Amino acid sequence: MRFWSEIKQSVLTALWFIFLTFPILVIRVNPIEKLVIWRWWNLVWVGIGSFVLSFLWRALLRRKERGKPAAFAATVGKTDWVGWVAASPKRYVPVLTLVGLVTVLFPVVMSPYQTNILITALMYVVLGLGLNIVVGLAGLLDLGYVAFYAVGAYSYALLNHHFSLGFRTVLPLAALLAACFGVLLGFPVLRLRGDYLAIVTLGFGEIIRLILENWNEFSFGPSGISGIARPGFFGISMSLNQTIVYLYYLMIGLTLFTIFVVNRLQHSRIGRAWIALREDEIACQAMGVDKTKTKLTAFALGATWAGMVGVFFAAKTTFINPASFTFLESAMILSIVVLGGMGSIVGVIVAAFILILLPEYLRAFSEYRMLIFGMIMVLMMVFRPQGIVATVRKAYQFQRRTS
Amino acid sequence: MEYFLELLLGGLTRGSIYALIALGYTMVYGIIELINFAHGEIYMIGAFTGLIVSTILTAYGFGTFGVLVLTLVLSAVYSAAYGFTVEKIAYKPLRQAPRLSPLISAIGMSIFLQNYVMLAQTSDFVPFPALIPDFEFWEPYSHIITSSELVILSATTVLMIALTLFIRHTRIGKAMRATAQDRTMAMLVGINVNRVISSTFIIGSCLAAVGGVLIASHIGQINFFIGFIAGIKAFTAAVLGGIGSIPGAVLGSMVLGLTESFATGYVSSDYEDVFAFLLLVFILIFRPGGLLGRFTTQKV
Repeated sequence: MRFWSEIKQSVLTALWFIFLTFPILVIRVNPIEKLVIWRWWNLVWVGIGSFVLSFLWRALLRRKERGKPAAFAATVGKTDWVGWVAASPKRYVPVLTLVGLVTVLFPVVMSPYQTNILITALMYVVLGLGLNIVVGLAGLLDLGYVAFYAVGAYSYALLNHHFSLGFRTVLPLAALLAACFGVLLGFPVLRLRGDYLAIVTLGFGEIIRLILENWNEFSFGPSGISGIARPGFFGISMSLNQTIVYLYYLMIGLTLFTIFVVNRLQHSRIGRAWIALREDEIACQAMGVDKTKTKLTAFALGATWAGMVGVFFAAKTTFINPASFTFLESAMILSIVVLGGMGSIVGVIVAAFILILLPEYLRAFSEYRMLIFGMIMVLMMVFRPQGIVATVRKAYQFQRRTS
Repeated sequence: MEYFLELLLGGLTRGSIYALIALGYTMVYGIIELINFAHGEIYMIGAFTGLIVSTILTAYGFGTFGVLVLTLVLSAVYSAAYGFTVEKIAYKPLRQAPRLSPLISAIGMSIFLQNYVMLAQTSDFVPFPALIPDFEFWEPYSHIITSSELVILSATTVLMIALTLFIRHTRIGKAMRATAQDRTMAMLVGINVNRVISSTFIIGSCLAAVGGVLIASHIGQINFFIGFIAGIKAFTAAVLGGIGSIPGAVLGSMVLGLTESFATGYVSSDYEDVFAFLLLVFILIFRPGGLLGRFTTQKV
């Protein structure tokens, strides 16, 4: 009996989706030539697909419903796989050695093209970690993060263009500038909560992009800036491939530095204040945490990383224009944070590699990349809101002294 | 003076389209406290359905009036179906989740729908046929307000009045108001909250679709990305007026439409969108509850 009702439900779902996708997927019109193209085969795929997926959907939902009380109890004592690896030196020493060897040898063994891709992935790791401070730790949903990335990239491009300042000089300057912009954004939105904050940060991101696009005298408009200098190694001129390798090692350095700083921040006084603020703003204030200062530092510190990665981006591509800094970029960084598990460093790294490297190696699917991103964001929220690597709450255990 | 009038009416037309979209945002927010990020995409899907339906109907030789009405009805139906489905997939399983989760799920849905339309249709701008004819009797005034602007203004006015009556007097409208006030209490007195939420999405999507078809026919081209910027502006308008309040959404949309129209007319057309966002930022700094909203302090 149960079987038939399941079948019936899935058939109904399939019929509904066939109805739903009929005009957009099947018919394509050309209003000028009055041409109508019918693509009936799409309907069949939609029908079969939604029939199968609806089973899966309901099964997963049921599992989630059932697992709710049990899962809660289970997370108290259990740690995740990252915790398992980190628990004893026997496990984490070989893992770390392997990762270290691969990162050091990668540009030597692989082609510059592959190295370039890896640089991009590392850039997103740092961006993800930076946004993680704002979204994951402090719980402030920032949809305009790409604005700080743009600030970093443009400050290198412009300073290099006008004053021919070098990479190493601009890097701290850009970080500082981005942090200032972070505070600038932070001030007006201090009083806003959740959704309002999201929309204002989104607006801020768009304002920055639109200004860059329209203020021709300042930013050279939509055509962007080209011929940005690559970083030099103390005056030694390098070939293109050598520069890529050099950039790669610089990027590795930045990534390690970011991981170190974010990790230390997380467990510091300010980090705990962020987490407290995320959990309950009022209780947090009642405990004597300065809300203004805490929020502003979150924005400023989050923005700093974006500014630095922006400099790397400009140096790597040697050409930037406002089209690189759209909302989609923000959404992409956000999905890295969400997918990885908000607040989790390892999770963000894993997610950044998955999201950047997979589309690179699955060229056939590159068209569907954003479609799949969107779907993953929805499915993750529905079925696994804690992300790939759930953060384990730091728990303090009282241990009886055994003397 | 004539330039001023032209800008004024242009701003009102723009504002009324924003209002049609903003109503969907504000109603959904009023009931489940969620920014339905995918709402702009529903508007875009409405416009695309309108394009498909109107082209086919014209090819089969329907008259102008028939095409207009059928296009509006069919795109409203399809948008409503999309709105309903989006709610069932992306928001309903997350009713009890922390507030960030449905928001992120909504952003995901929005990206998904954009790319779905882009892949299924096209990534280029598509010309949209002018569904509203130029009325002959309106010819003498058409330099101030074109007949399509006239139709847009009157259609939205009619829809707003209908919506107000609907919310005030019908059973489901009363249930909506009750749910917006207190969801748990509404459940206790026997209101089917799930149905109320579904119907809110359906009504909001219908309005957005009408707005989508009308503005597409007025401007004359669409692409898969129009929903994003329109959605953000409509949301800005809803916040401007005080989110959750229906008259507020209309007022906010008009203010936004007029601001944009005058700013582009008298200052510079390059920064049209910047003005909208700056207005939003300033309103939220100085009046976080919006024009008609109250700023409520959070109670523990």
